[in-house]
Amino acid sequence: MFIVEYLKEVTNAVKSLATGMKLTGYYFTHHKEIITQEYPDNRATLKMADRFKGEVVMPHDANNEHACTGCTSCELACPNGSIKVITKFDINADGKKKKAVDQHIYRLDMCTMCGLCIEACPTDAIKMANTFEHSVPDRNMLVKRLNNNGSKIREGVE
Amino acid sequence: MYHINEIVKNNTLIPSILAEADANDYIINIGPQHPATHGVLNLLITLNGETIKKVEPHLGFIHRSMEKMCESLSYRQFIYVTSRMDYLSAHINNHACALLVEKALQIEVPERAQYIRVIMDELTRIASHLLWWGAMAMDMGAFTPYFYAFRERELLTEIMEDTCGARLTMNYMVPGGVMQDPHEKFQHRVTTEFLPLLKSKLHEYEELVTDNIIFQNRVKDVGILSKEDAISYGCSGPTARASGVECDIRKLYPYDIYNKVEFNEVFETAGDSMARYLVRMKEIKESVSIIEQLIDNIPEGDFQAKTKAVLKLPKGEFYQRVETARGELGIFVVSEGGTTPYRIKFRSPGFSNLSCLDHITRGSKIGDLVASMGTLDLVIPDIDR
Ligand code: SF4
Ligand code: SF4
Repeated sequence: MFIVEYLKEVTNAVKSLATGMKLTGYYFTHHKEIITQEYPDNRATLKMADRFKGEVVMPHDANNEHACTGCTSCELACPNGSIKVITKFDINADGKKKKAVDQHIYRLDMCTMCGLCIEACPTDAIKMANTFEHSVPDRNMLVKRLNNNGSKIREGVE
Repeated sequence: MYHINEIVKNNTLIPSILAEADANDYIINIGPQHPATHGVLNLLITLNGETIKKVEPHLGFIHRSMEKMCESLSYRQFIYVTSRMDYLSAHINNHACALLVEKALQIEVPERAQYIRVIMDELTRIASHLLWWGAMAMDMGAFTPYFYAFRERELLTEIMEDTCGARLTMNYMVPGGVMQDPHEKFQHRVTTEFLPLLKSKLHEYEELVTDNIIFQNRVKDVGILSKEDAISYGCSGPTARASGVECDIRKLYPYDIYNKVEFNEVFETAGDSMARYLVRMKEIKESVSIIEQLIDNIPEGDFQAKTKAVLKLPKGEFYQRVETARGELGIFVVSEGGTTPYRIKFRSPGFSNLSCLDHITRGSKIGDLVASMGTLDLVIPDIDR
């Protein structure tokens, strides 16, 4: 019968809407289950994942020494030319010339955080840091030199 | 909105549109900046009143010439570019590239890496379907589902972040395996946090959207794509499976360990928007079952095979296909034996799925266009590349 069918349809429709509204109402009254975090209010407690790829850094130890041999593998591995390794020749103790890194230039503004340079580095001299607040007033500030001033290569790294 | 007479007077529009338009027709633009197109897609629509006479998609707004770009990148580097194609299935795109290089160089991938890859693929598929679900509901006027979908997806992206270091464009797959071992908490978080959460929330999706009478009225018998048309337009993925086409690459051409896991290829036969919707919702459950089969059985071993530092593909042509969240992704590489591809071609699922839009919306009302387009699950950078 038409009228019964019609009424059934209307009741079902209202029921389905009510079920949806019930769910919305549930979350309206249960604020605790809402997970939005408000940055930067939560800066003190916000912890990024250890492996988060935020920028490429070159760790230095207490003696201002790093593990970079200046082999330029990272420069070749980078798909978009974000790394430029400028090398020099050091004269070591026996008077032999040895290739070493002069400036390891890293352009954070071009980097896509793919991690290929880290994979390519034979001496693990560079790694990804989990920093993420990179906004600066001038993009030239994003061109960084990774090896510290006056730093040199760690003993024993070939 | 222009009236056709004004356009003829100014003579600024594309002739093919004009040729089919009558004096009473209107031609409107949807996009490139329109929330329902999810990106920069421009649809030129010829309307007679509210009835659609023709839909002409215009592409090119986000063309980055990826295929050409890849020709200058090495076989390790070109993988990362593909994350930017269909960014919601970034893992799966990367997987396809890695598989292609492995096939060409006959690299044996360790079992552990294969397990991790497949788990990651399925997690990506769930994340992609969740986002689609929220976005599609938003297109149709329901705003809250978007937030529910993102709540579950957020946990997933956190798990990805732990292991891969990124939330969207992970670049985790490399030729020969994966880049790093999964985070030590990876298995624990997936089994005790993510899967129970998702399973306990799936019924909410059904209550909120699937059973909703307004939603059902908007998608049932809207945008019908028959099986023959799905095949002739080259549709793939959930779009084609909703019309009853058997096209799951994971079943037809299994890669990695897909032939060892048990899962059902989800079909619907109606071919309308509701069918496409249901296929995706059921696929989420299938993906959950795949992950459950694998997550506790990841074998010990290496996560990456030893490969040469510089990869050189032998001379020849190589093709590899995978099933992304949207359909079949094919990668075709012509190698001259060097370190970079001579020519590379991507067969992306989005492009073929978009091409049937004109066919399925012709003659329907303009409001139905959004429902049809929403359930096609288009990602514009995938179409444009
Ligand atoms: S992370 Fe990728 S894009 Fe960035 S410097 Fe390293 S190789 Fe280049
Ligand atoms: S950072 Fe590593 S790959 Fe780059 S130049 Fe130094 S040693 Fe070579």
